[in-house]
Amino acid sequence: MDWSSILGNTARAAIGLETVIYALAAIGLNVQFGYAGLLNFGQAAFVAVGAYGIAVTVTVLGLPFWLGVVVGLVAAVLLAVLLGIPTLRLRADYLAIATIAAAEIVRLTVRSATLRDQTGGSSGLSGFAEGFYDLSPFTPGQSYGFGPWVFGARLAWILLVGWVLVAVCCLVVFLLMRSPWGRVLKGIREDEDAVRSLGKNVYAYKMQALVIGGVIGALAGFVFGVGRASVQPDLYGTELTFFVYTVLLLGGAARVLGPVVGAAIFWVALVLIENVLVQAVGAGYVPDWLMSSTQVGQVRFMLVGLALMLLMIFRPQGIFGDRRELAIDAR
Amino acid sequence: MLTTLAAPRALLALVALALLLALAPALPGGGARADAATPAPSPGVSAPTDVEGETITVRVRTADREDVPGAEVTATGAGVDPVSGTTDDGGAVELVVPGTGTYEVTLDVDSLTGPAAGLLPRENPVQRSVASGSANPVIFQLSEDGGASASAGGVSAGQVAQLVANGLRYGLIIALAAIGLSLVFGTTGLTNFAHGELITFGAIATYFLNVGAGVPFLLAAPLAVVLGGVAGYANDRLLWRPLRRRGTGLVAMMIVSIGLALLLRYLFLYVFGGSTQTYAEYQGQRGLDLGLFTLRPIDLISMAVAAVVLVAVGLVLVRTRLGKATRAVSDNPALAAASGIDVNRVILVVWVAGAALAALSGVLLGLAQQVQYQMGFQILLLVFAAVTLGGLGTAFGAMVGALFIGVFLEVSTLVIPTELRNVGALLVLILVLLVRPQGILGRASRIG
Repeated sequence: MDWSSILGNTARAAIGLETVIYALAAIGLNVQFGYAGLLNFGQAAFVAVGAYGIAVTVTVLGLPFWLGVVVGLVAAVLLAVLLGIPTLRLRADYLAIATIAAAEIVRLTVRSATLRDQTGGSSGLSGFAEGFYDLSPFTPGQSYGFGPWVFGARLAWILLVGWVLVAVCCLVVFLLMRSPWGRVLKGIREDEDAVRSLGKNVYAYKMQALVIGGVIGALAGFVFGVGRASVQPDLYGTELTFFVYTVLLLGGAARVLGPVVGAAIFWVALVLIENVLVQAVGAGYVPDWLMSSTQVGQVRFMLVGLALMLLMIFRPQGIFGDRRELAIDAR
Repeated sequence: MLTTLAAPRALLALVALALLLALAPALPGGGARADAATPAPSPGVSAPTDVEGETITVRVRTADREDVPGAEVTATGAGVDPVSGTTDDGGAVELVVPGTGTYEVTLDVDSLTGPAAGLLPRENPVQRSVASGSANPVIFQLSEDGGASASAGGVSAGQVAQLVANGLRYGLIIALAAIGLSLVFGTTGLTNFAHGELITFGAIATYFLNVGAGVPFLLAAPLAVVLGGVAGYANDRLLWRPLRRRGTGLVAMMIVSIGLALLLRYLFLYVFGGSTQTYAEYQGQRGLDLGLFTLRPIDLISMAVAAVVLVAVGLVLVRTRLGKATRAVSDNPALAAASGIDVNRVILVVWVAGAALAALSGVLLGLAQQVQYQMGFQILLLVFAAVTLGGLGTAFGAMVGALFIGVFLEVSTLVIPTELRNVGALLVLILVLLVRPQGILGRASRIG
């Protein structure tokens, strides 16, 4: 077994592209679920809207990259408002079903052959990311970093931008939640009627939380789309949302840095398990009848499901969360 | 570590500093990229990348979902040699291409034989951007005119009748699954996202008994339903009852069910594989022309079985003591317990029966379509739509809602493309929640 390659891959995963994407998506979800208590199961749709916003604007309409970013953000706000108007008055579990349905509607629509010319159908779109990489200060062909964290110029650029986005979003969430607005939001999570009796418009606050979380989700979509230099509809399915929930619950909901820590742990664990198992299978330590190298990926995701169950049962506040902050069943 | 987390601002500064350091240009020669050969895993579906290259999974089938064996397909990409293959009995072939990128997959129309000869694919060649770690499916759907003008010529009464018949078939299958979901919600308040996996379980158990162990289908199917009941028993006794006793909240339990769904779905993928399979029997039946519409004999039998079972469940709920107790618990668990009903026993019965019905639904779904590890998950939102439409927690509402959803799905294809029919059903779900959240047969109460 090649431990240096295993540990190197694992170390890179801690700050890798997936970690950035999931951290951003989970920061957005944290605003909605962690602070406002909204059970939004449609976060994948916001990520998709961000990614497709850029892809469609640049590839199909032929407009510049920065306009794609604007389109993605506006689309995320629109989606949040459209989703929020009918669903925010619903009870928690109804909200979950409605949002998951809405996310599937978005995915099925962009992958449909009817809209192939606009959204690329089931194979998606590509070739929209160059506008972003043209802005890179790094020289192509060079590699950047130190120790195990050495990345090519393109990856280094998207990682730098991605982590700056993560830092900015964390700062925004931190400042927001310290403000009177954030205290009202947490109040809604704890007791909606009490906040209403103080004369606050609960519906408006929930809507604002949904919009802010959705916009941060769209930022995750930008990194997702640009980092892969392509968008494919099936990467934005409900499982993305479920994994983002796992990330959030792992790190600790209602904590500013919970999503970031959760994303890093999530991907470090996944990459470590994958690499160890692949090497163990390759070296013959694991018998063939038990596991082939393609089954390793499936075992990882079985463990994700198990981890989500165990977390929710035994430590719903996550690793760094505060149990008093997590009113998961506040009605 | 904990102290730094207590001061997020300090940590933010640290993170920013670490980032600047990490991304500073590497010293020349230092830390040479020994890792260049091992690409970072791709997000989302990153499976271990095969050293051989990436696979494109090509399926060739007719508009009636009949698989077409012996069709020749070729994948061509920029700068690589073309890769060819011939579809197997399942109408599928895996083309291994050297790497990711955009490929063009071409179907050789002249290679089509048997019933498929002379049919045309809807699109040929197909462009596919091949991603790492994905199965990269490409499907050639064959029809007589290439599918372009299938809906030309207006709507005939026969067409509508055919769609209603298909819709009833689908609706009955959804109804079987919906009863369990609805009653579990009614009696325990749990929104069970793992219910789809109970559906898949029925189909996969039947497949393994039928194809793996050689048990005749007519024996394998009831066995799978019994196994489904056992799975429901295990669900309640091993997981949900202990959680109820701990006083775990409903939202927490819902998220636990999502974890369970992920665990089971990937377990199915692990043991069953990602390909689509069929039972050993009742394949390739010709449809019976019944005047207005055409259905395969096996479909008619499936529908009859489903209808009989649904009526039986309805009678049990209305006529027997147990059924009355179930409805009482569904209505008000505390009151039911106070009047001497053993609530936990009723819930256990609901779990066993609900899971067995879901397994039956899976068995029939496997007959109507094919067996695949995600089949239950794919139908789950439709089941939710049916249950919500009928009124969460009511068994009869779930049946009515399911039949409506099934027929609506099929008939809506007259106006919208077939691939978007699920969008229509999900829109109905959201609209119902907006206008009448208690559903058609639900009791109006404070819901949201």
